[in-house]
Amino acid sequence: MTVIAVVSAGLSQPSSTRLLADRLAEAAGRHLAGAEIRVVELRGLAVDIANNLVTGFPSPALKEALETVERADGLIAVTPIFTASYSGLFKSFFDVLDNTALQGTPVLIAATGGTARHSLALEHALRPMFTYLRAVVVPTAVYAASEDWGATSGDGLASRVDRAAGELAALLSRTPRKRPAEAPLIPFEQQLAALRPFTTG
Amino acid sequence: MQFGIFTVGDVTTDPTNGATPTEAERIKAMVTIALKAEEVGLDVFATGEHHNPPFVPSSPTTMLGYIAARTDRLILSTSTTLITTNDPVKIAEDYAMLQHLADGRVDLMMGRGNTGPVYPWFGQDIRNGIALAIENYALVHRLWREDVVDWEGNFRTPLQGFTSTPRPLDGVPPFVWHGSIRSPEIAEQAAYYGDGFFANNIFWPKEHFMRLIELYRQRYAHYGHGTPEQAIVGLGGQVFMRKNSQDAVREFRPYFDKAPVYGNGPSLEDFTEQTPLTVGSPQEVIDRTLTFRESFGDYQRQLFLMDHAGLPLKTVLEQLDLLGEEVVPVLRKEFAARRAEGVAEAPTHAARVAARDAALVAN
Repeated sequence: MTVIAVVSAGLSQPSSTRLLADRLAEAAGRHLAGAEIRVVELRGLAVDIANNLVTGFPSPALKEALETVERADGLIAVTPIFTASYSGLFKSFFDVLDNTALQGTPVLIAATGGTARHSLALEHALRPMFTYLRAVVVPTAVYAASEDWGATSGDGLASRVDRAAGELAALLSRTPRKRPAEAPLIPFEQQLAALRPFTTG
Repeated sequence: MQFGIFTVGDVTTDPTNGATPTEAERIKAMVTIALKAEEVGLDVFATGEHHNPPFVPSSPTTMLGYIAARTDRLILSTSTTLITTNDPVKIAEDYAMLQHLADGRVDLMMGRGNTGPVYPWFGQDIRNGIALAIENYALVHRLWREDVVDWEGNFRTPLQGFTSTPRPLDGVPPFVWHGSIRSPEIAEQAAYYGDGFFANNIFWPKEHFMRLIELYRQRYAHYGHGTPEQAIVGLGGQVFMRKNSQDAVREFRPYFDKAPVYGNGPSLEDFTEQTPLTVGSPQEVIDRTLTFRESFGDYQRQLFLMDHAGLPLKTVLEQLDLLGEEVVPVLRKEFAARRAEGVAEAPTHAARVAARDAALVAN
């Protein structure tokens, strides 16, 4: 079964970031029948994330959240835009995630904000971050400003959500399911041989 | 099984009174702590090696040589010797010299070091950390075992007809541990040579180290040094004790809260639950330490971190009294009673000379 992790970095309760995350998850589920959705709310993990930055290891609850993301076949990542970029909490979560965890993973990026003027933060901040992590980011990034929650027109939020979710589903349908990653063991002779200077022998 | 202490050698302000020891005071305190370790019946004293403030021990063999002259029984070791940024020729020479002066009471733990700028200060690049550890140790290993070495590598000047002096005491090099907190490559290296593997487990949850040690044990057997259970494992530990558990918690908390490694992070309660840190009565320390065997199997060396985070010398010496009088004697007995058949003894020079002689007779 395909598993999609949803990471929501909204801070208020209820949160428009979580609302957008749920809409995206629901749309992805429609495009990919049978997909299992697992939501990770970062708000409850804020202290654990800060502690991980300090100690270098995650608490049991954070470990579970990190593993949910690592093991998922696809990811929907949603953040509020703060000070022209993703929130610090959102970034810190991906800072403590292993930097190989999302290699080749299809990712849908989305954000919320008070005004549509911040929408390109998705392209200038989130997309390069996930590119660095070697994730495969779907072409449509979804931004929801306050005004979008009341809009009804053709190219409104609902159609962007649907288009992005469709792109994620299409990518997932041709991406092999993830298997638990085992770090390959390099035999010692091979490690030594890799170091032989070219000038000898 | 060997019990001892390892020190980082940090100069840290005591958060309870703002007092900061001078470098001279800290260096002398480290020596006092080492002498105390022998006095209370511990087996091993290991010092860190650092090349940046607030740490003082940049020259471990100088310190260990001085301690060797003032002790009779204590094994002198390192935690760790920087195999990446030291010249491997100098490591081979320095520790062979120390081995002679200490009548064989020397072993060392190789580590990579994780302070970025130290690498360029010594002409290296942290991105080559693993490669440096592998190539440099391969050279140290040969210098201690071959009288005349021709050698060429990637990271230091080639050698033609080089003899490292003095030759190891009795022709038997110091025992080597390889320390790592995250790299399977180092567990593999330790296994390949049949050397010891030291997992400094004190700052992280045990599951991580269970995987590394299991890998080391399997590969130790793969390379024909014995069964997985016979592999030679060392572990860290971190404790603070008072007769009454609550007194220990109350006294240690301000040090914990400001400790350089994990301070201003999780609570003392969370950290003691998630890592081996034990703050409580001697009996609690005994109980916790015995669980290490359940997680990692029978092991050969247990080193405790006792003098850090600004704890005053007087307090550290009191801790060593408790460790030597109330904890280690019980641990010796309990570990011995639980130990499986055929598990290796902890390495000593005398035993290694005897094993070498026995092998010579057999051949």
